[in-house]
Amino acid sequence: MNRKPFYLLSLFIGLLLLQVLVFNNIQFLGYINPYIYIVFIFVFPYKTNRFPLLTTAFLLGLFIDLFSDSGGIHAFSTTLIAYLRIYFFRGIFQKTEVDYEFFKLNRETFGKIFNFTVILTLIHHFILFSLINFSLANFFYIITNTISSSIFTLVLYFLGNFIFSRKQ
Amino acid sequence: MQQLIYFIQKYKYFLYVLLLLLISFSLTINNHSFHKSKFISSANGFVGNIYNKQNNISSYLDLNVKNQELIEENLRLRNELSKLSFNLDSISLSTSVDSIEYKQKFNYINGKVLKNEYTKPYNFLTINRGNKHGVATEMAVINSKGIIGITDATSNSYARVRSILNRNSKINARFKNSFYFGTLSWDAKDYNIVQLNDIPRQASVNIGDTIITGGKSAIFPEGIPIGVVLNSSDKTVDNTINIKLFNDMSNVGAIYIIKNFHKQEIKNLE
Repeated sequence: MNRKPFYLLSLFIGLLLLQVLVFNNIQFLGYINPYIYIVFIFVFPYKTNRFPLLTTAFLLGLFIDLFSDSGGIHAFSTTLIAYLRIYFFRGIFQKTEVDYEFFKLNRETFGKIFNFTVILTLIHHFILFSLINFSLANFFYIITNTISSSIFTLVLYFLGNFIFSRKQ
Repeated sequence: MQQLIYFIQKYKYFLYVLLLLLISFSLTINNHSFHKSKFISSANGFVGNIYNKQNNISSYLDLNVKNQELIEENLRLRNELSKLSFNLDSISLSTSVDSIEYKQKFNYINGKVLKNEYTKPYNFLTINRGNKHGVATEMAVINSKGIIGITDATSNSYARVRSILNRNSKINARFKNSFYFGTLSWDAKDYNIVQLNDIPRQASVNIGDTIITGGKSAIFPEGIPIGVVLNSSDKTVDNTINIKLFNDMSNVGAIYIIKNFHKQEIKNLE
């Protein structure tokens, strides 16, 4: 029981360093980049009190911004999906507050996990690239980047999930 | 009063999120303005240190290319030096240098790029020189091939550079063979190609003409190479010319920061 905060802290630092030192340098085909750090939002414990989630999401985004010189755009989009998470959670997994204690994302069927992560990733990437672009000109840039980077992020997430959760 | 407390109780998460979103949005706006101080930038000790450690490892990977670039630069400088010494020999002592009024105008500080980006519409670099090395904001940053950008946030030992590949960058540039000048900007499409705007219509533009910095601002000295004319659109409203950069912005390592001693004087005058 006591290992939970430690696990979350190491996940926070691990995902942050992985994102800024490795994944920000991929630039596949010149512009496609995975934003794998949003996995933190998916796996953060599901609790009735939502302030810890919102605060850590904001801090994670802010640290990513610090490293990539982007003002507050990662903080903005990450806080937004952290806020919206609970509504998609209720809609897709059909759970109520009593189920929070026993909920494990990996125990759900693949189809439900897929819907949940795809929707949140698409929202996050769309907001992110709109703010990166910072104007309404070049709308095509936003759409292509959102879709291609989302595919990259999700493939990495499912591969990583498959590799690291086999042992349990 | 009770209703107000009830309202806050009911919408506490929404209000909290609204506050966080407002903070991050204002940070984004702040990042786009040039003259405001930046709280969230990679020019601080914590981030700079981590990038420095990463750079210590990764800088070994392209050592050959970097050495080749430095040798080429040395070669060019040596050739120019021998030309100059030849001039000094042949013109004799008639050139007078006013030793009382003479003052060095530019000072060069060396440095290294720790973080580089070139795919976003608003790109920034992080360099390993800061206040304690004499770097301040609004200084020119170049390398052996051409211009790179302008510093826009500094900490004690690191600085952030606004790349020329940033939609907010505006740099004065002119032709090498004539004195028609314009403004250099970037349309965020290709990191090898920048745009030169507001060139007068009577200027004759040929493909392959060299573009250099104009020296009309207090930041860049005159004559730093930028690129060559790739194509010119036929007489549009703003007369935009596409320019291919000499610099490969995806691969920059050693850099020079230029300090202008006359900057304050020029600014006071303007």
